[in-house]
Amino acid sequence: MDISNYLYLSVILFTIGALGVLIRRNAIVIFMCIELMLNASNLALVTFSRIHGNLDGQVASFFTMVVAACEVVVGLAIIVTIYRSRRSASVDDASLLKN
Amino acid sequence: MLHNTFHFALTVGRTATPEAVQFWILAPLAVIAALGILVVKKAVHSALLMAWVMVTLAIFYIAQDALFLGIVQIVVYTGAVMMLFLFILMLVGIDSSESFVENLKGQRIPSILAAIGLGGLIVSLLGRATVSAPAVGLQTANAGGNVQGIAKLLFTQYVWAFEVVSALLITAALGAMVLAHSQKVRSPYAQRDLSIARFRKSSLGDAAGLPASGVFARRNAVDVPALLPDGSPAPTSVSQTLRSRGDIITSAPFALEAIEEQED
Repeated sequence: MDISNYLYLSVILFTIGALGVLIRRNAIVIFMCIELMLNASNLALVTFSRIHGNLDGQVASFFTMVVAACEVVVGLAIIVTIYRSRRSASVDDASLLKN
Repeated sequence: MLHNTFHFALTVGRTATPEAVQFWILAPLAVIAALGILVVKKAVHSALLMAWVMVTLAIFYIAQDALFLGIVQIVVYTGAVMMLFLFILMLVGIDSSESFVENLKGQRIPSILAAIGLGGLIVSLLGRATVSAPAVGLQTANAGGNVQGIAKLLFTQYVWAFEVVSALLITAALGAMVLAHSQKVRSPYAQRDLSIARFRKSSLGDAAGLPASGVFARRNAVDVPALLPDGSPAPTSVSQTLRSRGDIITSAPFALEAIEEQED
């Protein structure tokens, strides 16, 4: 097996994540799909790190994880706030401005 | 030559056989689980499938000599992030399964086509890429230990980014606290308020309270609707949460058989 197969797996997972963001309506599931895309890019970074024989890719992957954790905290807080006013976690219901 | 014009696959170096076996077992499972996230109806099931994909990726990291990232992936992602997801799912209601009705007409097919196009584009780019040298591997970079190697980079070359990340973390924590903070705009409903609200409804059908669940003494579980005098089940006797989750058992098997009238 060639090492580049990890890169193809990463592309497939990234594509599935992007598709999930496009077709799902539940805000929490959309967030999970964004996490899937970030994870897929992490896999590509780790594989590049192995191909090039240095650890810079792994450090970049580490920073991606930190940013993803921050994004989840703020994003889920926004979902809770929207749910509190709209009683729904669907992105289609949050189509009106606050009145 | 055709072979020189088109590179159908990027070749960088071979892996050992055990790693290849592991890859061909786990990678299809990860892809199937990722596709499952798209099609399952309940958000909780999506979260479980997502946790599985993350654990698989952690195994791939460890197989690729990234021990530190593999452990961090399990601790931070499947441990903290997915628990946060499940926590929010419980908070905003377990019944937040979505309808698959399209609000934008005909949006799904173009989305799938666009995703396939995106994937094909990146795969073709990867296939055309060439590397000058075969894969180096991390044996020399990890000679002093993987954690020590990352720490050395993190605290020398990337120390500025590391400090900026701490500011980002503090901002995110503050932002979450501000967003999740709520002010009470009304006092909680008391028994008197609820009673008044019941009597002001259009019908006085449930002014005395909703019927209790369960059928006679044969089944008193909360998931069985009570039977009305005409034999039809009363859905209002089951809690709203159970109803929206669809966890209702039909009460027909628990109804008593009709007793023949005895003549005295």
